[in-house]
Amino acid sequence: MSSTSPADARAGAVVDLGTPAPTFTEAITIRLRTPAKLRNLELVLLLFAIGITGAAVALVQLGALGELDATIIGYGAGLGMLALGMHVVLRITAPDADPFILPITVTLNGLGVAMIYRLDLADGTAGWESFGIRQMVWTAIAMAIAIAVLLIVRNHRVLARYRYLAMLVGIVLLLLPMLPGVGQTINGARLWVDLGFFSFQPGEIAKIALAVFFAGYLVTARESLSIVGRTVLGMRLPRGKDLGPILIVWLAAMAVLVFQRDLGTSLLYFGLFLVMIYVATGRLSWVLLGLSLFIGGALVASQVLGYVNGRFGAWLNAFDQANYEAIGGSYQLVQGMFGLANGGLIGTGLGQGRPDIVPLAESDFIVASLGEELGLVGLFAILGLYLLLVARGFRIGFNGTDDFGRLLAVGLAFVIALQVFVVIGGVTRVIPLTGLTTPFLAAGGSSLVANWIIVALLLRLSDTVRNQPRLVVED
Amino acid sequence: MNKELRRISVATLAMFLALFVSTSVIQVFAVDDLRADPRNVRTLYASYSAERGPILVDGRPIAESVAVDSVFEFLRVYPEPALYAPVTGYFTLNQGTTGVEGAFNDFLTGTANEQFLDQLGALVTGQRPRGAAVALTIDPVVQQAAFEAMGDLKGAVIAIEPSTGRILAMVSTPSFDPNRLSAHDTVSVLEAYDQLIADPDDPLINRTISGDLYFPGSTFKTLVAAAAFDSGAFAPTDAFPNPASLQLPLSTAIVRNSSGGTCGSGATVTIETALRLSCNIPFAELGLALGEETIADYAERFGFGSAIEVPMTATPSTFPRGLDDAQVMLSSFGQYEVRVTPLQMAMVMAAIANGGNLMQPTVLDRIIAPDLSVVEQSEPTLFSQPISRTTAETMTRLLVDGVSNGVASNARIEGVAVAGKTGTAENGSVAPYTLWFTGFAPADNPQVAVAVVVEDGGGRGQSGSGNQIAAPIAKRVLEAVLSR
Repeated sequence: MSSTSPADARAGAVVDLGTPAPTFTEAITIRLRTPAKLRNLELVLLLFAIGITGAAVALVQLGALGELDATIIGYGAGLGMLALGMHVVLRITAPDADPFILPITVTLNGLGVAMIYRLDLADGTAGWESFGIRQMVWTAIAMAIAIAVLLIVRNHRVLARYRYLAMLVGIVLLLLPMLPGVGQTINGARLWVDLGFFSFQPGEIAKIALAVFFAGYLVTARESLSIVGRTVLGMRLPRGKDLGPILIVWLAAMAVLVFQRDLGTSLLYFGLFLVMIYVATGRLSWVLLGLSLFIGGALVASQVLGYVNGRFGAWLNAFDQANYEAIGGSYQLVQGMFGLANGGLIGTGLGQGRPDIVPLAESDFIVASLGEELGLVGLFAILGLYLLLVARGFRIGFNGTDDFGRLLAVGLAFVIALQVFVVIGGVTRVIPLTGLTTPFLAAGGSSLVANWIIVALLLRLSDTVRNQPRLVVED
Repeated sequence: MNKELRRISVATLAMFLALFVSTSVIQVFAVDDLRADPRNVRTLYASYSAERGPILVDGRPIAESVAVDSVFEFLRVYPEPALYAPVTGYFTLNQGTTGVEGAFNDFLTGTANEQFLDQLGALVTGQRPRGAAVALTIDPVVQQAAFEAMGDLKGAVIAIEPSTGRILAMVSTPSFDPNRLSAHDTVSVLEAYDQLIADPDDPLINRTISGDLYFPGSTFKTLVAAAAFDSGAFAPTDAFPNPASLQLPLSTAIVRNSSGGTCGSGATVTIETALRLSCNIPFAELGLALGEETIADYAERFGFGSAIEVPMTATPSTFPRGLDDAQVMLSSFGQYEVRVTPLQMAMVMAAIANGGNLMQPTVLDRIIAPDLSVVEQSEPTLFSQPISRTTAETMTRLLVDGVSNGVASNARIEGVAVAGKTGTAENGSVAPYTLWFTGFAPADNPQVAVAVVVEDGGGRGQSGSGNQIAAPIAKRVLEAVLSR
């Protein structure tokens, strides 16, 4: 997480009281010059990211069609324009923002678009039917919303004020798919809301609302939550009367598991809460308590609920013929692994594999599609990009000036990490398969919008970290 | 807060580490298993869209891929379909792949580990990957002779070079046309496939190495005699009582010699005479005296019970265990539950021909990459040493006697010492016989060991014999090798 930008040196100088602080004139010069340097670095990286996207789309065309056509302009240049637009907005409204976040996100989004377009070519879909064009439109919408967030949220501390509103929004969004009439069951999970002209997964947005709520709530409640109650088996448990919030979140997670039939979403919210409460209170007992509650609940669910049980069976004995043939069994998982194996170390090359054999290759299994055509090296690069993105988020947590901002940054970054783990872990049989989407890569509007909002918030937070001198130096 | 954050960072790193490991396991370590899974249609699609390497016999393709204007880009074509179908097997879009096409699929598609550097090179240069050529040991002249000699008969011929294990001919009749199965029109392929599967003559089965297996009948006496001599328990001149009929112990069943009478004249008969005249009663007595354990032990040394890979996997031939005396006696002349592949019986002959050294049989000569470099060269390897050189020499002498002075007379070739053993196996009381000839030539410097099996009594029900039907076919195969 080290960087050599002058901004770091300056931030370090403020923290490290051993070195003399810059003189007034020096500070002015640095403030005038370094933002431009950060944004220039971002611009260079961004051009690189756009280049990767353009090259990926071109390779898809060469691989699958054998020739180049004008679509490349729509995809490559389209994404390029959007990214550069956002870059300009950053120059004006958040000049000190982290220069890596946007290029990483654009690269991932671009790779996703290229792969989805590649699957369109395999399926022979075109126009509004094609996932690729819809993904581009959603990317544009998502980036527009992200720009709006950057413009509206000029100071992230404002968000802390709306923590209870965020809670309400989060819970309503979470429960919305359960309502008869609007709720929609797709692929066995009731995670969708039908708005007539399109379907939306409100749970994706809920994770942001909940992160805001958790951060706001925990900053105020951390003192009481840190108070130790009885000691049992060498572990210092929290007081009984402080157990309320964790029980509420646990119940919400279980409700998602039971009524929306999605283990992944349930795990995502609960994991987010546990990490944030741990970072806020420093009490490992909360994590252990929460984990045992969740694992207990999941185990009961796996016995009682047929679909959870089926998912576990398909996970543990994926190659078993009975599981392979069962409805909702391991067919998709096994086909995904065949695809990954087909890619091997270096991949088949874009447009040259058969990722379209796997069901939902453009959404749930886009990682298998990318792994088939880009190989293990490609997946390592993608995982590396995610890791870098998460690290930039954590960096805000380390360097932040206010606890709300730090908690929020950690929560948002961790939710990306956890989602990547749950999805890719599910596809590669580390954990049972769930219905979450791979951030930025997978086809799906709700997911794109939600993750781009996270990016906007992280950019805003990172800008605040840099342009405000640290007032508090703790532990 | 920073301490907790550091711990969360480590935990996050661990999560990603798990993903790095899991993807590596799938994409590197488990790749071979996943590719070999029969449910993996990608392997097949890939093998269609890459230029699949040819299968060569004496430098000429017997299976090759030609460019066509279709999504699969290449069509698999078999120029001499019926002659080579049992060897090449078939190559289909959705009904699997058999024979050499299946056994060498990795090499033919160019995805074998040995070709990794080529794949990498092709990736860099942007060339389409091409499969390697698989050159076979099959001799086209011998194959043609065997195929023609079989004519309309149902059965199999396999010829092996004893000193190397190279398979010179592999014929199974009736054959089929693999071109019908390699077409890209899945409906017509399925139709052809269903039709071939439903055919009562089982044309899709390579009878030399698989199928329902055959009773070896009298050809099994070769193995029993070799076991008797090699174990040191008996000499060729040891004699047994010579009745015209023998009631099996604890049974009402009667064993007779195929002549109907005694085995030559005299109250006793030697093992060598019994082998030359192929008598059942003396061999039943010999088998009982030798014991199930010894016979089974030698059978395994010759390859019984092993799934021999040529490299298509052969069905293991069986010699049963836990027999009572009557069953041991029946087994000693190749009945009861002794079941064999023609490959197995040819291996018995090849071992005797090669001084007791049984070479691993194979159809593979070499694998040649598209740039003409040799990816793999087949080297002769020892399969086992079932019998000593002395036993092999004794057996050779007796088998030559069987052809020149015994019941295998139709395999005689002017000026060449042919060693051989006929067989006429019963398949129940009314079903037609299975007719056999196994042998090798020339006896003093063996160039080829052969096994011929003809089903359904060669159309003569229970009146045909191995010497009448199978021996002349073997003779033509031997002559084809000797006249090279």
